[in-house]
Amino acid sequence: MQQFQPLLRKDQQPVRYLVVDDSVFARKNLIKMIELFGGEVAGEAGDGLTAIAEFNRTNPDIVLMDITMPQMEGIESVERIVRQHGDARIVMVSSVGYQENILAALQKGAKHFVQKPVKPEVLYEILRYVLGDDPHAAAVPVALAGEHHS
Amino acid sequence: MRMELIQPFINAADAVFAESLQAPTKIADLSMDENTYRRKGVAALVTIKGDIEGRVILDLAPEVAMRVASQLAGAELPESEQVIRETVCELANMVIGNSVTLLNDQGFRFKVFPPEIHMNEEGLAGSVDTEAMVLCIETPCGEIYINIAMHYLHRRRREQASVHALD
Repeated sequence: MQQFQPLLRKDQQPVRYLVVDDSVFARKNLIKMIELFGGEVAGEAGDGLTAIAEFNRTNPDIVLMDITMPQMEGIESVERIVRQHGDARIVMVSSVGYQENILAALQKGAKHFVQKPVKPEVLYEILRYVLGDDPHAAAVPVALAGEHHS
Repeated sequence: MRMELIQPFINAADAVFAESLQAPTKIADLSMDENTYRRKGVAALVTIKGDIEGRVILDLAPEVAMRVASQLAGAELPESEQVIRETVCELANMVIGNSVTLLNDQGFRFKVFPPEIHMNEEGLAGSVDTEAMVLCIETPCGEIYINIAMHYLHRRRREQASVHALD
């Protein structure tokens, strides 16, 4: 198992994450990585609507957000969260690696994107960048891919 | 059979399974199939329409799906229909998502429909106009089958033919 230097907040406390994905095992997979990075799970949600409620309840440092979910999709959830919390740091995590959706999410206020299957080392670099530890790491959204219309 | 349309799916499937399961995979069997597809387990059907058209079926036994889910979750999960469905859908989404990148790079534009899950006893209707390639990929969790049937949209094919005629 690859070792990672813990990602900490500026007050040296563990970074708190909200994990949003309609797939239980996809959430567990992300939680496994978060623990590997020394983070803490503030909350979980299986759809975009619950994600908004969980964000308001837990005020996480980072949101890992799937795109395609029931009830409310990730992109709409991003828009609503960012509208209420301008400083929210949201990373899209999705198997839908198509440019249209990625650009839409970034335009709505997501900070970055990572395509599934998530490689821990890729997610780690993106989190470092989003947390502002290393402004040069992962400066360009990775896995910008093709077009998608579904 | 248009291998240039099928190869991206094979490459993506191989990469996605190897990365997700953190272990090498092997294409154990490869065959052509012109008949209606008969599921071996739980199947996710993804339809593609646009410059290129067709469908991809990802098919795995429920117990294989549970092993994949547990591997991805990092813990043994209790067997449930929901987890099996989620797993097959998630794998299909990842394979298609990664394939699309490769196909878009070749200039193809198309629409991908969300996976439809089939787990009842009925057969899965096949495509009437396309022969399919069926792959069996061996993974540490068990065998995963992929059935790929893709072809060019006729308009696109005519355009390509006229371009070649001008060359």
